[in-house]
Amino acid sequence: MKVWELTLLVWIGSAVAGLLGSLTGLGGGVVLVPLLTLFFKVDIRYAIGASLVSVIATSSGAAAAYVKEGISNIRIGMFLEIATTLGAVLGAFVAAKVSTSAIAIVFGAVLLYSAYLSARVRVRTRSDEVPDPLATRLRLNGSFPTPEGIRHYFVRRVPMGFGFMFGAGALSGLLGIGSGAVKVLAMDQAMRIPFKVSTTTSNFMIGVTAAASAGVYLSRGYIDPGLSMPVMLGVLAGSLVGTRILLQAETKWLRIIFSLVILLLGAQMIYNGAVGKI
Amino acid sequence: MKISSLPNWTDQKVENLVGNLLRTGVSLAALIVFAGAVVYLAKHGAEPADYRVFHGEPNQLRTISGVLQETVALQGRGIIQLGLLLLIATPVARVGLSILGFAAERDRMYVVFATIVLVILLCSLFGS
Repeated sequence: MKVWELTLLVWIGSAVAGLLGSLTGLGGGVVLVPLLTLFFKVDIRYAIGASLVSVIATSSGAAAAYVKEGISNIRIGMFLEIATTLGAVLGAFVAAKVSTSAIAIVFGAVLLYSAYLSARVRVRTRSDEVPDPLATRLRLNGSFPTPEGIRHYFVRRVPMGFGFMFGAGALSGLLGIGSGAVKVLAMDQAMRIPFKVSTTTSNFMIGVTAAASAGVYLSRGYIDPGLSMPVMLGVLAGSLVGTRILLQAETKWLRIIFSLVILLLGAQMIYNGAVGKI
Repeated sequence: MKISSLPNWTDQKVENLVGNLLRTGVSLAALIVFAGAVVYLAKHGAEPADYRVFHGEPNQLRTISGVLQETVALQGRGIIQLGLLLLIATPVARVGLSILGFAAERDRMYVVFATIVLVILLCSLFGS
């Protein structure tokens, strides 16, 4: 395959991944690495580098829109970024030490878990009415505008959320993904932060988390400009179109189909890793 | 609380600034990557592409100074890498801007938290 052909095909694939990722809220990054390794036979280290760069682009692009609405909580984001950036640096260093087969298997497991999370009916959590002393001291409690007026919320279980975030950062650094699903899980389920605040704040944090491991990737030569270029431009274009049509589209079936795709890709990644093809 | 240096800095104002910074950074990065892509494809588009075997990038595409040299030499891959560096720098600049915002609000605890994040990011970018 010639360079221009690969560039065009990778651009199209990345644009579709970015579009589906933003329409379903699952993020495009998680299917990029399987797409590149399984279909384009790219070495997983180049794939992870390209994916990580595209994650920064989509996160920053989406966060620019969210922060203006005043829903994301910059204090929660900043405090938890201490955990995610430390985790991300650790993950990026571990990525250089373990075999590519091991990375592929972990990647497959994360894909299976993401498919499970999106298929599961989300349990609505009520935020507590009693303030948590630690959260109050850290000034994490906040409020956000809803159609019914300003809603206040109290943050719970800060140490547990912080620990989850370290794990989310490590996965991000190891696999070159945003690991938004784990971040939302930590904030929504563990810390009892309202879902809307969790998702927008998570998006805000993904770029900073990814930037922490990008430096390590760059100096190890994982970020190839020829491959990262179509991936970044494609995902960015796809997700921009996705956010425009988000409100009109019926996403339920799309979500189910995309979850099935993720499930299959996860199984394929684990198989290829186990037999040593990756 | 009266703030003399930067009046009326509220969370919302800082967030608006951050939003503009992110949008500008990403747009500019995408433009530079696109410009580099044109140069790269014009020169190397017809060559065979192979990413099956990992070689790692050459040294000049692994460091900031090397990328700048390649850009000045108008190498397509160098220009793309410059755009990607700018993209990586965007969230770092965001954290820096947050420090100023928290400082203007006299929120010492969050100045410290944001500084810790910034130090981790800079160590990762320049230390490795």
